[in-house]
Amino acid sequence: MSYSTGRILLSSQREGQVSRFRPWVMIVVPLAAILFQVYVPLFFQFLKFLEMPLLVVVYFALMRRNQIGGLLTGAMVGLAQDSLSKNPLGMHGIVNTLVGYFAASVGVRLDVDHGVIRFLLALFFYMFHQLLCWMIEQALPLGHQPAFKIDEWLMFGVLNAIVGVALFHFLDKLRESA
Amino acid sequence: MESPLNRYRSFTVLVLVIFAQLILLAVQVKNDQNVSVIRSWTVTAVSPVARILEWGRHSSVGFIRNYVLLRDANEENRRLQSEVDRLKVENVLLKNALNVADRAKALGTFAARVPSRTLAATVFASAAGSDSNAVLVDRGSVSGVERGMGVVTPDGIVGKVLRVYAMSSMVGLINDQDFAAGVVTQNGQVRGVLKGQGKPLCKVDYVPFEDKIAVGDLLFTSGDDHMFPRGFPVGVVKSVTNGQPREILAEPSGLRRGVPQDVLIILSGVHQEIPEAPPSSQAVYINPSPPAAAQPEANALPAGVGTEADRVRAQAKALSESQGHPFGSGDGKIPDFNANHPLPPAPPPAQPPAADAPPAASSSTRRANQAAGASSGGKQDR
Repeated sequence: MSYSTGRILLSSQREGQVSRFRPWVMIVVPLAAILFQVYVPLFFQFLKFLEMPLLVVVYFALMRRNQIGGLLTGAMVGLAQDSLSKNPLGMHGIVNTLVGYFAASVGVRLDVDHGVIRFLLALFFYMFHQLLCWMIEQALPLGHQPAFKIDEWLMFGVLNAIVGVALFHFLDKLRESA
Repeated sequence: MESPLNRYRSFTVLVLVIFAQLILLAVQVKNDQNVSVIRSWTVTAVSPVARILEWGRHSSVGFIRNYVLLRDANEENRRLQSEVDRLKVENVLLKNALNVADRAKALGTFAARVPSRTLAATVFASAAGSDSNAVLVDRGSVSGVERGMGVVTPDGIVGKVLRVYAMSSMVGLINDQDFAAGVVTQNGQVRGVLKGQGKPLCKVDYVPFEDKIAVGDLLFTSGDDHMFPRGFPVGVVKSVTNGQPREILAEPSGLRRGVPQDVLIILSGVHQEIPEAPPSSQAVYINPSPPAAAQPEANALPAGVGTEADRVRAQAKALSESQGHPFGSGDGKIPDFNANHPLPPAPPPAQPPAADAPPAASSSTRRANQAAGASSGGKQDR
């Protein structure tokens, strides 16, 4: 794959190409990401930091450039995550909905095929995700006070962004050709 | 004219979706209820795939262990046999026997030993979320699992059942921030509440300042929490800070080797006595064998000590070595006993042991006699 090396800002929405995916890709990839998150850390504890569902939501929202599609994908993935976690339903749902919406909004304006842009967006949305999770946990009477670990978030954000760039590169191959 | 709702369609959908989820969140938190249908659907959809993945992993690991590693074991076995060292082989076999100790068998033994009614379960997934300290096990309400039941292993308690589905359950681990259990020290004098804090070490709260608790003290369940019966190992105290407030940290023994794959769910608990000795599953120190060089040579004769048989044996040894047949090599060649060979001087007659002689002298004599008897075909003097 060759990243465009020129502009990173698009002058109009038409300039950005909307990517299309087959329906099975839209189902299987998020499901695989959720399975990865619940299954792999069982054997490789050090991979617990990976937020694969978040990365998948960001990717589909960026590439499809559809705000409603992005927020619905985020909501579905988030609710599925909540169902498999001990958190109340809706916590990740709200966060991923917002992530999907804003990622799709950003995708309209930026050249999301650019590797550096992808890295920065993955990092930004990871931090955004963690911050929103922290705020919701603060707001809800869950019985414990969540820690504000900005240094840890930053470190894991960079790692997630690195993995995200590689993952996006792989997922590009699943796009429907025009 | 375009309506505002249509114009801001995506933003409207966003607000609606967020609002719906906020309502959902608020209802749960307010009533402390779970939307079990959605959860059950999701868990039911994910569980079979996760189980298939677990089956695939288990099969491939089993294949590697049963075939690839077995071939290595045979090669290693042949190599060891070529070394012709019975003690070494025996040692390796013992080590292998220890290594192949089946954890399921251990779990079964433990379950049989524990008076509580338990149910074996396998961990097949961890809960979603990077900071989540919960796992999913393959036993649910169909098997009689209920929310709040304790989960243990022979090493110690692991957690408690948070949510129950038809075919699976979610178990909150002992280091989860929402976990708490009553504990007592091995001598039964200090009581407290062990709480998870999202880190490897748990803290022990509500220990009176005057109570003496020290690093290394073993903690057991006290049974006060109506979740775990009394007497299950919990962990070991790792640090005690006598400040204000007092901070006691303990390492949970159930998670010492990571999240266990096989666990027992306590269906109905029976209190038991706290064992006086540490749990048997703890590592046992085995002193290494003495070095071979330090062992006394059985054939060696102390100077000036021996019988007529010893003297004959010494002559035969000197004779065979002079003709190039190492004594006892078993090469099938018989030395020429008629050859002219300077015989070693006869040892002086054995002195009767002195009254204050150390007992080692008599024992070495006995060993030398036995060795001589063995070298002469094992015959005993009549």
